[in-house]
Amino acid sequence: MENLIGFVTLLILGYVFGRLAERRHFRSIIKREQQYAGTLTFSAKTPPADMEVANARLVSGNVVVSVDYFKQVLAGLRALLGGRVSAYETLVERARREAILRMKEQARQLDAEIIFNVKLETASISKGEQQQVGSVEVFAYGTALVPQKATAASPSLGQPMAVRS
Amino acid sequence: MIITNIETVPGKTIVKHLGMVQGNTVRAKHVGKDILAGFKNVFGGELKSYTDLLTESREEATQRMEAQASAIGANAVINVRYSTSSVAAGAAELFVYGTAVVVEDANSGS
Repeated sequence: MENLIGFVTLLILGYVFGRLAERRHFRSIIKREQQYAGTLTFSAKTPPADMEVANARLVSGNVVVSVDYFKQVLAGLRALLGGRVSAYETLVERARREAILRMKEQARQLDAEIIFNVKLETASISKGEQQQVGSVEVFAYGTALVPQKATAASPSLGQPMAVRS
Repeated sequence: MIITNIETVPGKTIVKHLGMVQGNTVRAKHVGKDILAGFKNVFGGELKSYTDLLTESREEATQRMEAQASAIGANAVINVRYSTSSVAAGAAELFVYGTAVVVEDANSGS
């Protein structure tokens, strides 16, 4: 009986707080995505040859997001029947968008406007454990390019010159 | 040390390739933090301690790669890739590798 009460309590707590947390997170993601809309990300490998670049730096962002108890149970039930686990889909989406935003934040600090060769990696730090924590890590990284005009004052780059790869 | 994950360093020319360099680190979680994380598992949300742990570990792996690169006389590492694997329960390996090169300013030759 106590077990059942504990289970139901956890379920309710998970549902209420998990929902709130997710909604808050999505709101903040959407807001920041608009804020960083000027920073472009590409999965293409090489920048166009005629782009004038003053500086290139590796930027990255990562986040570990945990699933809530309600979703865990829901996903467990879903595993019996198979099919789409929409509870986890939003979790991974949140993590991915957050990681990209953090990467953009870093790029913004460097005055970079473009990030090339963006790679996304999903990892788990608690994989293979008995009592594993249901969490997912997303790591995003890419090469931030600072355009020449942003550092026009820089004396070492007096004459503009096209970048040849 | 310039690090990029594309095949070139924009704005510079590669004058010498020095081969592959790598860096890794294996990190285990803190038990106390893990308990907190387990708690967070009920409510959901970001696990800040894990995020920080992984950021730190990646930085360390990158530093080791940079140390290796500068030891062989490189001033940039290109085509960098990160990879994560779990070696044992509760421990993760962060691995980073790339190609060490010597670069020069593109307009210094002209």
